[in-house]
Amino acid sequence: MVLQTIWFFLWGLLWAMYFMTDGFDLGIGTLYPILGKSNEDKQTMINAMGPLWDGNEVWLLTAGGVTFAAFPLVYAVMFSSLYTALMLILFALIIRGVSFEFRNKISHPGWIKVWDTCIFIGSVVPAILFGVAFANIFRGIPINGEGLFQGNLFTLLNPYGLLGGVLFLLLFVQHGANWIIVKSEGDLQARAIDLSKKIWPILVAVAVIFLVASWFATPLYKNYLAMPILWLVILGTVAALLSIRLFLNQGNWFKTWFASAFTIVGATFFGVIGLYPNLFPSSIDPAFSLSAHNASSSPLTLKIMLVVVILFVPLVLAYQIWTYWMFKDKVTQEDWMY
Amino acid sequence: MDLVTLSRFQFAATTMFHFLFVPLTLGLTIIIAYMETKYVRTGDETYLKMTKFWGKLFLINFAVGVVTGITLEFQFGTNWSKYSAYVGDVFGSLLAIEATATFFLESTFIGVWVFGWKKLSKKAHATTAWLVALGSNLSAVWILIANAWMQSPVGFTFRNGRAEMVDFAAVLTQRFAIYKIIHTLSAALVLASFFIMGISAYHLLKDRNKDFFTKSFRTGLGFGLIFALVVFIMGDMNGVLVAEKQPAKLAAMESLWETQDMAPSYLFTWPDPENERNAIEIGRIPGLLSFLVKHDFNAVVPGLKDFPKEERPPVLVTSYAFRGMVGLGVIFILLTIFGWFKRKTLLDYPWYLRIMILAIPLPYLAIQLGWLVTELGRQPWLVYGIFKTADGASPVAASQVAVSLVAFILVYGLLGAAGFYLMYQKAIKGPDLEAEETQPDDDSAETQPA
Repeated sequence: MVLQTIWFFLWGLLWAMYFMTDGFDLGIGTLYPILGKSNEDKQTMINAMGPLWDGNEVWLLTAGGVTFAAFPLVYAVMFSSLYTALMLILFALIIRGVSFEFRNKISHPGWIKVWDTCIFIGSVVPAILFGVAFANIFRGIPINGEGLFQGNLFTLLNPYGLLGGVLFLLLFVQHGANWIIVKSEGDLQARAIDLSKKIWPILVAVAVIFLVASWFATPLYKNYLAMPILWLVILGTVAALLSIRLFLNQGNWFKTWFASAFTIVGATFFGVIGLYPNLFPSSIDPAFSLSAHNASSSPLTLKIMLVVVILFVPLVLAYQIWTYWMFKDKVTQEDWMY
Repeated sequence: MDLVTLSRFQFAATTMFHFLFVPLTLGLTIIIAYMETKYVRTGDETYLKMTKFWGKLFLINFAVGVVTGITLEFQFGTNWSKYSAYVGDVFGSLLAIEATATFFLESTFIGVWVFGWKKLSKKAHATTAWLVALGSNLSAVWILIANAWMQSPVGFTFRNGRAEMVDFAAVLTQRFAIYKIIHTLSAALVLASFFIMGISAYHLLKDRNKDFFTKSFRTGLGFGLIFALVVFIMGDMNGVLVAEKQPAKLAAMESLWETQDMAPSYLFTWPDPENERNAIEIGRIPGLLSFLVKHDFNAVVPGLKDFPKEERPPVLVTSYAFRGMVGLGVIFILLTIFGWFKRKTLLDYPWYLRIMILAIPLPYLAIQLGWLVTELGRQPWLVYGIFKTADGASPVAASQVAVSLVAFILVYGLLGAAGFYLMYQKAIKGPDLEAEETQPDDDSAETQPA
């Protein structure tokens, strides 16, 4: 059914939007102890995402909500199977979110230290675990015919899953460093540029390893072999990845950031396209896999939700782009509200 | 404890905690937008300072509300997967619309509101305040529509082994949803207005920033009076609807055991579910219950004995939560009416101001009790009449839920303590009228209120 296919790719798009937007927040949070040498640096880093992170995080809630609405069975099985991993992500995002607000409310070094730590942990944990979770989905999850998960958190921490975690972390860190470059000046910016340049070859290496490992560990390439034009997605993603370095050399910071944004969207779609039509494949038996065809909502609900998405997502994009535009300038001392 | 009990505890803990913060967000955002609009319209700097002071408290509260809301978007999947799979076709879409249409609005424009003071014109900035108010209140509308569907499922059919949507409009427009929305949003405004009045009263008693806090108090008072009345009226209408749609819940609220005409209300009862009667009944008012819920003293109201034992809600908690909520609702009306008559001479009534400080937690209590009435009163059903709570939990290990429950209690406990402590501190400190160092204004930094 066409509706189910449309929803499958919308589902992928919403996750890609989340990783692209909140990805740089998570990356900045991960870099926070490394780049944030002085309190001024830290303030600048927090304020670089200050007006944006909350709106970015809603893409996650929308991705989750849409999974519930369009593929209720996937929502049910995915989140209960990945129970511990998801709980860790939730706790991390919870402590990260309040840190921005709480940190500067009391000017006691111990208090600030607590929330600085929360910003770091609250960013690095989701960055890795989202990668681990999605790599495992690419690979197949041990669910049986009743949708019962035959494993635990450690089942997910297999080599390919961990590789996915490293890949996501590096993608987000690269993306975060690129946003810091856009939003900062002077010494902090110089160090961010330096860091971005150093991370890049590591990211390229891990991305290549991941693409190769996916050939052996997952069935993702089946769709690409069946439909060779899809290789353009992989090529486009690789081109975006390579252009990060090009734009870094040119000193074109906005383009650098857009390049890492495209890389993240491309990387997400590399997996999503390979998964089709499965949303949550079973590694025990392909017959147990949850797909766009056997796990979707009724046609009526899919249609209602399609209308909602067609009405609201462009509107959301419009006002979020307007917000990014408004806050595109360098962070100045005057902006230190938090 | 078994899996279902643990899952219920976790849901109750995370939702009730979330709902300690959300009502203040919902109500205060409207009042702050009103203050900022008043500043734009009149040019009165005090209203700008009010916007900023109450805004500062608002943001601390908002942060905790937002982050604890993330849990709720996923918790149906993690802990109630059987339920999610069964009702996702209807319930899931409401949650998804909530995120797509309203969370974005709220969360994007809160950033613009906080960081955009110097980037936007006064009018545009005030508009972002209203967009935040709209986003947060509309998000509550969607989740309440979803909850109303759990209380009174409509517009669906059983197909493919699950509940499937057939009439979206029926889900959106049923009276149960509309009453619940008005009742809850009004309750949030009552809570926010008592929050403002209580803190203002503290400073008025200390004789600080009189103009600032008199204006704040009166602003709160206006909202408080109107919406305390609306809450009460809607609560009454809600009761009629509950009697019609959820008779077992109504019987539990009133601890009414026998089906009867001229059904009485009691001032005080102590239910004894073992023996299916009230151990103590004091202050019998014959026919009052019949009149309240059916508008006819002779109407028959079904008692708990009409329902099999396993389909009765927990009577003791439901009835006491209900009475507590109603009693507090009456107190809110009395307090705001008194304040309204003395609004010009508030300082002559220090005892009233002192009561208003002590009254800050009462709407919080009333709202939590209201949640208990609604949700416990629905038991043993998860979706009233069609799906039992016991059938809804995820087939995860009970130990996993036990661990996450403990983690939630610890993390939320610390967050709540930090959040309330910060709000307490900022509230006691009062507004920074001399220097606006964090949010520099063009010309107003020096202005003292008259």
